[in-house]
Amino acid sequence: MDLLEKVVERLQREFGEGVQPLEEFRGEIKASVDPSLIVPVCKFLHDEDDFSFNFLIALTCVDFWPQEPRFMVVYQLYSQKNKIILGLRAYLPGSDPRIATVESVYPNANWHEREVYDMFGVTFDGHSDLRRILMPQDWEGHPQRKDYPLGYEEVQFSFNFDEIDKRKKYARE
Amino acid sequence: MQQPEMELTLEELKHLITNRAIEGETMVLNMGPQHPSTHGVLRLLLELDGERIVSCVPDIGFLHTGIEKNMEAKSYEKALVMTDRMDYLNNLGNNLAYCLAVEKLVDLDVPPRAQVIRVIMTELQRYASHLVYLGTHLLDLGAITVFFFTFRERETILDILEMCSGQRMMTSYFRPGGLWRDIPDGFVAAVREVLKTFPERIEQYENLINENPLYLDRTKGIGVIPADKALGWGVTGPPLRAAGVNLDIRKEQPYSGYEQFDFDVPLGTNGDTFDRYIVRIEEMRQSLRIIEQGINNIPSGSFRSDNRKFVPPPRSELGHSMEAVIHHFKLWTEGFPAPKGSVYVPVESPRGILGCFLVGDGGPKPYRVHFRTPSFGNLQALSKIAVGHLVADLVAIISSLDTVLGDIDR
Repeated sequence: MDLLEKVVERLQREFGEGVQPLEEFRGEIKASVDPSLIVPVCKFLHDEDDFSFNFLIALTCVDFWPQEPRFMVVYQLYSQKNKIILGLRAYLPGSDPRIATVESVYPNANWHEREVYDMFGVTFDGHSDLRRILMPQDWEGHPQRKDYPLGYEEVQFSFNFDEIDKRKKYARE
Repeated sequence: MQQPEMELTLEELKHLITNRAIEGETMVLNMGPQHPSTHGVLRLLLELDGERIVSCVPDIGFLHTGIEKNMEAKSYEKALVMTDRMDYLNNLGNNLAYCLAVEKLVDLDVPPRAQVIRVIMTELQRYASHLVYLGTHLLDLGAITVFFFTFRERETILDILEMCSGQRMMTSYFRPGGLWRDIPDGFVAAVREVLKTFPERIEQYENLINENPLYLDRTKGIGVIPADKALGWGVTGPPLRAAGVNLDIRKEQPYSGYEQFDFDVPLGTNGDTFDRYIVRIEEMRQSLRIIEQGINNIPSGSFRSDNRKFVPPPRSELGHSMEAVIHHFKLWTEGFPAPKGSVYVPVESPRGILGCFLVGDGGPKPYRVHFRTPSFGNLQALSKIAVGHLVADLVAIISSLDTVLGDIDR
């Protein structure tokens, strides 16, 4: 725990206003990072010998619609040397959410960021291959957003086949 | 009804395949989602120069069922049932990751008896999952006999799971607070029978495989994952340990009482397919060791927490206690509320690091659940590992990474 707090203090000294510690909950230390600073912060945590956060365990996103800032991109970094997990949060607005990709620091962020783009619509600048990963390539909409319906499929009988077909969401030309 | 178009044209893939494909020198072949050797509905686009792979692009999402979004619409206890179905060979492991996250979020205690039984069941599940790996890996390479042996062993373990929970696979036996119900009378005897007969079975597999020149030819030096790049590519679990990196969450971030158990973490040296096989066989032996330590000292006590705000009371109490009726009613209609906050709990599944990220918002339903699944990270590395190998080697590599598509797509 103390090491994690030291890490956050060091981050605050290096990056000033851009890194703010968040309230500790159930023993987990988190810090909120300004979206424009995410790549320097990750690079610092990765390269610094004392901390050496060499593994990006998880990269995901939470949608707080209709609150603003709407999206919270969560990075969980793991330091194998010190056996600690640090959580970083970047808050993004609802309209045109963009953040830089951390692929240069952690190559395995590639697919995780593709999944966040697919499910939430957050664009990662500089990503080598930003396409949809789980949904079909020409799907419209971002399924895990809160304003996307959970949507049970309507049963198509022959009498209502065409009218349901018009509003049914599936990959079309 | 219109047919869906052929996805991913050559133009769209330009940045992932070499120029030789555009010029027509190499061929782009589709190893389609329906294929007996891809271990699930996995689509691979292979750029082939004759029989050699120049580049490999995985296309996933055929088994995506929206589990994470679905869980947001159910209460915590009901959402547990959906976790079984993600990695369908490690049902109890997925349950464990989710239960640990819920218990951490609401700060719920788990009695020691439940913790030890959870460890025993998780290790049995790990053994069963490695048996499937062994059988299907060798089946893909053509050694069909081992498949029959390993699935015979698996039947014994599935009988034990059925004895405890009534289900062979989608058990949902672990619940927030402990277990669904106590272990039945025949459980200890059945597990001791397993501990008596299984070690010699492992030796039988090793006799068939370890010095088999055909197997060694097909797996030594194939699909090497270098140790310094492995973590960067996102590889975890047995493929990472076969490369020589000692990262096992059971040792590094112990959960559910694992720190009291004495076991080794097997490591490989080269990171090739053969080392991944050796690591998993050794892990099977270590699992039996953990199960033996567990079964020898199962503490007595209750099997689930007594905190009635989160755990429903047993039905026998409903006849004479008003509080029990009220708790039962609140828990089954609405569910229990969780505080605002988020937790992340990593767990070691047979495939690697399975992490559960859970966000609560004060209500009875999880606001956001995300599972960081091991096969997602392992498959990502495939496009780097497979380059330069033959198509037949690719089959060996995919089965040695032991990916489960339910895990990847959720």
